[in-house]
This record gives sequence, C-alpha cells and structure tokens, in this order.
Amino acid sequence: MSADTSAAIGPVEGGSHYDVENPAPYIEAPRKRTGKTPRATRGNFEMAAWLFMRLSGVVLVVLVLGHLLIQLFLDGGVSKIGFAFVAGRWASPFWQVWDLLMLWLAMLHGANGLRTVINDYAERANTRLWLKGLLYTATVFTILLGTLVIFTFDPNIR
Amino acid sequence: MATPVLDKVEAESAASPYITVTMRIRRFNPEVSDASVWEDFQIEIDPKERVLDALHKIKWDVDGTLTFRRSCAHGICGSDAMRINGKNRLACKTLIKDINPEKPITVEAIKGLTVLKDLVVDMEPFFQAYRDVMPFLVTKGNEPTRERLQSAEDRERFDDTTKCILCAACTSSCPVFWNDGQYFGPAAIVNAHRFIFDSRDEAGEQRLEILNDKDGVWRCRTTFNCTDACPRGIEVTKAIQEVKRALITRRF
Ligand code: HEM
Ligand code: SF4
Ligand code: FES
Repeated sequence: MSADTSAAIGPVEGGSHYDVENPAPYIEAPRKRTGKTPRATRGNFEMAAWLFMRLSGVVLVVLVLGHLLIQLFLDGGVSKIGFAFVAGRWASPFWQVWDLLMLWLAMLHGANGLRTVINDYAERANTRLWLKGLLYTATVFTILLGTLVIFTFDPNIR
Repeated sequence: MATPVLDKVEAESAASPYITVTMRIRRFNPEVSDASVWEDFQIEIDPKERVLDALHKIKWDVDGTLTFRRSCAHGICGSDAMRINGKNRLACKTLIKDINPEKPITVEAIKGLTVLKDLVVDMEPFFQAYRDVMPFLVTKGNEPTRERLQSAEDRERFDDTTKCILCAACTSSCPVFWNDGQYFGPAAIVNAHRFIFDSRDEAGEQRLEILNDKDGVWRCRTTFNCTDACPRGIEVTKAIQEVKRALITRRF
C-alpha cells in the first residue's frame, strides 16, 4: 500500500468478483455470542477450579521450590540422584507425603490450566472434546501410576 | 506593552502548526473484496487535533467511502472505539501529538467482533452480553412515593462503574474475548458491578449467579488489558475482582 490516496480499495487478488449484488462474507469473530446465553449448567465448578488454581499454587510454591532445591542444589546437585537416593528419601513417610501431595496438586493444577487453554484456543467443539479427552486420560494415568509407585515402592527390588 | 504580544502572535502564525501525517487504515469493503487491506493516507494536520479529525479530513476531502462510527465527538457516546497504533482508544480522545505522528498511525476496527465495513463492527454480541446481566434497577415491594434515598458512602461504593459509556474498548481488548466471544467480557461485568454493589438494588444475587456461569467472571485471567483500554479511566480489572470476591464471600 503506497501513498496513493485518490482511489478507494483497488482490486485485490481473488477478491474482485465481489460487488454490490454479491458482497463478500463479513470477517466473522470466532464463537460469537448469539441470542440469550444458556443458563448456568455446572453449578460452582468454575469457581472451585479458580480457587483451586490459587490455593494449589500457594502450596506448590513451597513443594516445588523445596523439591528443586533438594534435587538440584543441595548435597552435590543432580549427580547424587540415583536409585539409592530415591529409596533413602521414600523410606520416610514425610517425603512420601510431600511427593504424593506434589504429584496430585501439580497434575491437577497443570491439567486444569491446560483445560483453560483448550477452552480458549480450540474453536470447534469436536477439537475441544478430543483434546480434553486426551488431557484427562493422560492426567488420570500419570496420577494413578505415580501414586501406585509411591505406595508400592520396594527398595529391595532387583 | 502591546508590542510583544503582537510579535508573539505574528511569530506563531508564521510557523504553521500543520504537519504531514500518514494514516494507515485497515479497510474492508465486502462489496469489493473479501479481504481487508491496509491503505495509507497522507494528510496535513495540526498535531493538537485528534485522530477523529484526521479520519474526518480523509472522509470529507480525500475518500468519502471511508466508514466509521462517531456521534458526539467528545468522549461521551462511546461510538468510536478503535484500535489505534495497536491499542484500543476513542478516536475522539486521542491527540495526534500523543501517538508519535512521525511514524504512520495505524487505525483498525476493534478486535473480536464481526467487521461489517472498514472500522464498523457488529456490536450486537457485545450488547447481548450487556443485556444478559440485567443492567437495570430491580426491587421488590411497592414503589415508594419519593425517590430511593442512598447515603453518600453507599453511592461511592459503585461510583467508578457508573462512568461506563459502553464503547467496547475493554471487551475488545481482552484476549479471552478474542478467542471465545462467549465470555461475558469486562464491559458486561462492569455494568453488573454497577448494580450488584448498589444498596438500592435487590437482584445482586441473581446477577452474581449469571456471572458465576462458565462464561462469567472465572474466565478472567487478570491481564489488565481492559483497565489499560478504558477511556473513562474505570478500574475495570478491579471491578471484576470485586465481583469474584463477592461470589466467594457472598457479601456485597
Ligand atoms: C510454583 C507455584 C505455582 C503457582 C503459584 C501457580 C499459580 C498459578 C495460577 C494462580 C494460575 C491461574 C492463572 C489465571 O487463571 O489467571 C496458574 C495457571 C496455570 N498453571 Fe500454575 N502455578 C504454579 C505451578 C505450576 C506447575 C508446577 C504447573 C505444571 C504442572 C503449572 C501449570 C499451570 C498451567 C498450565 C496454567 C494455565 C495457564 C493459563 O491459564 O494460561 N503451574 N498457575
Ligand atoms: S468499562 Fe470503559 S472501556 Fe469498557 S465499555 Fe465501559 S467505558 Fe468502554
Ligand atoms: S464520538 Fe462519541 S465517544 Fe467518541
């Protein structure tokens, strides 16, 4: 577009077959609001999810930062991590509860965060359904597997 | 005594206040093309004039097909919210000198609403969300024979949100609204706030329930785009947070 101010919009590639009788479609916004909004469907779920994000976030600050500190910085950093190190920590119920809590909170927090992202970005109802199905499956699988490992961990396995 | 004043006037008129500004406007005309294109207009303008004056100059003197809404031209009617240099503003409240006239000034329609022509969008979904929060006084019982009195403190509680002119600058600056127009949007919440926190109103609970819906206040991600955009200086994000707090504590 140069400084040509005399003409209105010139013919645009592939668009010139539109005229007054045959106007082009409007540039629509995605998922437009139409008519009356449907009434509330899910009770207080969105409020609970919102509160959970903040409460779990506060707890995760302690759990995750503590976790990173122990795993990556104290006592020689990552080089110390091995089967024996994990076995040693999980011998104590305190670290078992710590890791279990971190697993559940981080997974639910992350899953709910991604649910928000999917709601935001997936435009078609079908895409949303499939992405959320995938998300929930992965979340449930990871939480169950992690919980199983923490509770059934056997330091003498070989 | 009079001489210096005269000198000053002469000096000022000698130096013309006019500068050349490039207005880069996003045009869309469905009767010509299905695509929107940027078009540049070079105009002479006093930098103390407003973007709206620049648009008028173009429409009246250069290209009469340029289409935009405006009514009051003084920041009251809320007709001319548009995206100027990438920020939602009222064209009638934005001075040329304040938005770096050395570079081309971009003007486009507000986002998230259907573009009908040039800078004109379909405001219907925006007003639908507004109507959905019942923006009117609701009371029970008999109508009083005199006005409904209210203390100065009670009036102060929702003073900020009474200033809204429904220009849609906030709602169309919200990334959640861009992606999903089902979200009520900041403007509807601001106008619900105006009645929820009004001591004379009795439908606060009902409005809270509407905004508790999955497309209500919980979709807000505290981006603060709305507060930045509001030409009335309303603390929009704060109003949304107050509605969230009222929903959690059920005190308002
Ligand atoms: C370290 C402490 C953490 C805090 C304080 C925290 C806090 C928050 C808060 C308050 C939100 C909601 C944002 C909003 O709705 O506006 C959020 C969103 C989110 N969080 Fe966390 N979080 C933490 C850790 C994590 C972890 C460990 C994960 C990954 C497992 C995670 C993944 C997410 C995701 C995916 C979102 C959604 C992002 C979005 O809404 O755009 N967060 N976080
Ligand atoms: S809150 Fe401000 S930006 Fe939003 S519609 Fe009202 S006046 Fe416009
Ligand atoms: S024209 Fe009325 S607000 Fe700008």
